[in-house]
Amino acid sequence: MSGWRAQTRAELKMTLRRGDSVLLTLGIPVGLLVFFSLVDVLPKPAGVSDAVTFLAPGILALAVMSTAMVSLGIATGFERQYGVLKRLGSTPLGRPALLAAKTSAIVLLEVIQAAVLVGAAVALGWDPHGNPFLAAAAGLLATIGFAGLGLLMAGTLRAELTLAAANGLYLVLLLLGGMVFPLDKLPGPLRAFSRALPSGALSDALHGTLASAGHVPGRAWIVLVIWAVVAPVAAAATFRWE
Amino acid sequence: MPGPAIEVRDLVVRYGKTIAVNRISFEARAGQVTALLGPNGAGKTSTLETLEGYRRPTVGTVRVLGLDPVRDHRALTRRIGVMLQRGGVYPGMSPREAVRLFASYYDESEEPEGVLYRVGLTSVATTPWRRLSGGEQQRLSLALALVGRPWVAFLDEPTAGVDPQGRLAIREVINDLRSAGSCVLLTTHEMTEAERLADRIIILDHGEIVADGTTSELTTKEGGKGIRFGAPAGLDTVALGAALAATVDEEQPGEYLVHADPAPATIAAITAWLAEKDLALSDLQAGRERLEDVFLRLTGRPESTNGTVARDPAPPEDEIRVEPAAGRRRRRVADGGRGPGATEPQE
Repeated sequence: MSGWRAQTRAELKMTLRRGDSVLLTLGIPVGLLVFFSLVDVLPKPAGVSDAVTFLAPGILALAVMSTAMVSLGIATGFERQYGVLKRLGSTPLGRPALLAAKTSAIVLLEVIQAAVLVGAAVALGWDPHGNPFLAAAAGLLATIGFAGLGLLMAGTLRAELTLAAANGLYLVLLLLGGMVFPLDKLPGPLRAFSRALPSGALSDALHGTLASAGHVPGRAWIVLVIWAVVAPVAAAATFRWE
Repeated sequence: MPGPAIEVRDLVVRYGKTIAVNRISFEARAGQVTALLGPNGAGKTSTLETLEGYRRPTVGTVRVLGLDPVRDHRALTRRIGVMLQRGGVYPGMSPREAVRLFASYYDESEEPEGVLYRVGLTSVATTPWRRLSGGEQQRLSLALALVGRPWVAFLDEPTAGVDPQGRLAIREVINDLRSAGSCVLLTTHEMTEAERLADRIIILDHGEIVADGTTSELTTKEGGKGIRFGAPAGLDTVALGAALAATVDEEQPGEYLVHADPAPATIAAITAWLAEKDLALSDLQAGRERLEDVFLRLTGRPESTNGTVARDPAPPEDEIRVEPAAGRRRRRVADGGRGPGATEPQE
């Protein structure tokens, strides 16, 4: 048990020590939030007057994606390449405890991100409404799905390829995720495709749960649940530890 | 503890059609250091990784402390220490953090600061792994292998790429493990290291055991007929040969081999001949083949001549030969693979 706790601490510390990871999980989300809240150039959905009102839930979705998919994927890919995972396999820590530690570290980092981003958004004039518990539930489901995608890349590709693929996917999902501008602005077929992605579903869910007028379409929950099942199963089936 | 700490019986490790380990059997005991010595591709790492539970035997059985390394993996991880050929540490982690983290995995562990001191990493205890030298990374890897007080330690090329001072520290640590009663199984492609570190040496080539015994058993049993001595380079070997009634070769400048039985009379004749000419004698060895020569004779090739192998990121897949050398004679120097510890009563 102490092994698991020490491992969680170590995982979180290693993540916060990596400059690229801090940039990705905190720097970029905070930067996007502040910049586009102050410089009102992006399209907003009808009926929303403040940029930050639309941006805050979307950027929270982005933060979840950057931690659970990109940061986890890249770190795990390099750990695999450096033989860390192999070496841990011959210690009493065991794989379940290692996975539990990685999960705990992700959730802790997401809590830090949420605190920073909500603080910044409120300072920028955001007035959050809705149901934070439902939002947390959507975030958790999405975390599982994104982590599955990150580990799918980390467990099958070389570390450098994982780095490139995770960053590339991050950009695609950011643009198609309804995180910085509404999905309604996308052309029809692309919009439907985006809503089937975990990024689009999560931002729909967060926009729904954290906005006064919004409600979460059932479709978003279904998409989140499917990704939360399929991605980890695919990762577990294909993961190579060394 | 009754029985051997490590038992390998008729082990075959095959990757697809390639055979990495071809029917080897040996045992290793507690309180003893056993070296698997062989050129790259001999099957050393494959053997080690099978014992560590990373791969299953294709044929045969292996037991560590009486347990199956794959089936009883969880139980075994509490009792073994592993040093991989390279890596194994978070790149951003310092030696102190790594040793503390690994200590937390075990119910009973060594005191982290003491471990850092023993491997000589106190002065770089806060430097991230990726900024350590190759030798420091090796020593950290060794530290992580011993922090859980292992009953059995598997060390893959522990001294490869390590400077002489580091090697000294590593040798001391390995001696401590032996004194504490651990079974140490290590691999090396360097004969001098095997000779210095191990009580017993198993020479592997093309996945087969070609020799097995203590250093002295290996060097005296076969081909140990000559007398070897050092003297100034360029002696008249013909004249000396005539005086001894034997052939004399200058194998390297200043290193001579007399092809004669190591009888005291012959040695006396050599020293007398040198004394007459007032030549200094150094390094006299009689009836003993150098381990290098044993190795060369058995494997048909010289040892790898440098430490670059350690830095070479060779995955186990490289430890493969397509086929075992046909017609290679299997020679056993010592009987039944018993080392010096085997004669001592086991508790």
